[in-house]
Amino acid sequence: MALALGTSAVSFTLPGIDGSDHTLDDYSDKNAVAVIFSCNHCPYVLAWEDRLIALQNEYADKGVQFIAISANDAEKYPTDSFDNMKKHAAEKGFPFPYLYDESQATAKAYGAERTPEVFLFDADGNLTYHGAPDDNYEDAAAVQAQYFRDALEATLAGNAPATAQTAPVGCTIKWKPA
Amino acid sequence: MQIQFLYFEGCPSHEKGLARLKKVVAAEGINADIEVLEMVSDEQAAQWHFIGSPTILINGEDIIPPPADAAPALTCRVYQLEDGRFNPLPSEDMIRTALQAHRINE
Repeated sequence: MALALGTSAVSFTLPGIDGSDHTLDDYSDKNAVAVIFSCNHCPYVLAWEDRLIALQNEYADKGVQFIAISANDAEKYPTDSFDNMKKHAAEKGFPFPYLYDESQATAKAYGAERTPEVFLFDADGNLTYHGAPDDNYEDAAAVQAQYFRDALEATLAGNAPATAQTAPVGCTIKWKPA
Repeated sequence: MQIQFLYFEGCPSHEKGLARLKKVVAAEGINADIEVLEMVSDEQAAQWHFIGSPTILINGEDIIPPPADAAPALTCRVYQLEDGRFNPLPSEDMIRTALQAHRINE
């Protein structure tokens, strides 16, 4: 079960591809923080990735911080290993931290199920949007509903997004065997 | 012509992919049944050399032959479109090109 709208972000401390540990508190001065469950291998992530990078670059000056987290079982899906996360982020020039949730505890705490899956929090750390980046993973030019962008605008303005929840669309998170 | 559509339930676009395949098959005037097969285990994925969902086989050949070292897996498949973008589904043109190539060879 994913975090409910209005609830507080769940804190975490996770290693990033920059060699540092990142905690949610590191970004407590931001006007909005988006925790995005992601990975390397998923075609939905790859299809949306450039749009998310552009969105982070566009909103960085407005105090918006994205944090991408991969929780996939890298043993079974080696494309998602920590080393490959570093390579992928370097190739794409990620303007946001890319963290490795090896234990998968953070993904479970958020109730994340797919990649990509967006959890947007306001300046007080309360969830204002959960779901997909927009309504068309195939074609950025054909997007009709900019869910995440619209939610960012609303959140920064102190309003509730008109669409606060959509169904995440993407690959299932690759859980480790129980 | 034998057409098979292999999918993994964990990928959300398989219905859209199957609809796209049916549309192109019909547009090409090809009279062939499409066998739909769900991949449910690693063993089955290995048996079919299923590297991701969806995978379309025409007369047993993948419409986009994967690299020889691509590992079978119950996951979503990455297609690179004609313009270089990555996508979870093959484009209509990719399907059409493969259908036409097989039709010529029959």
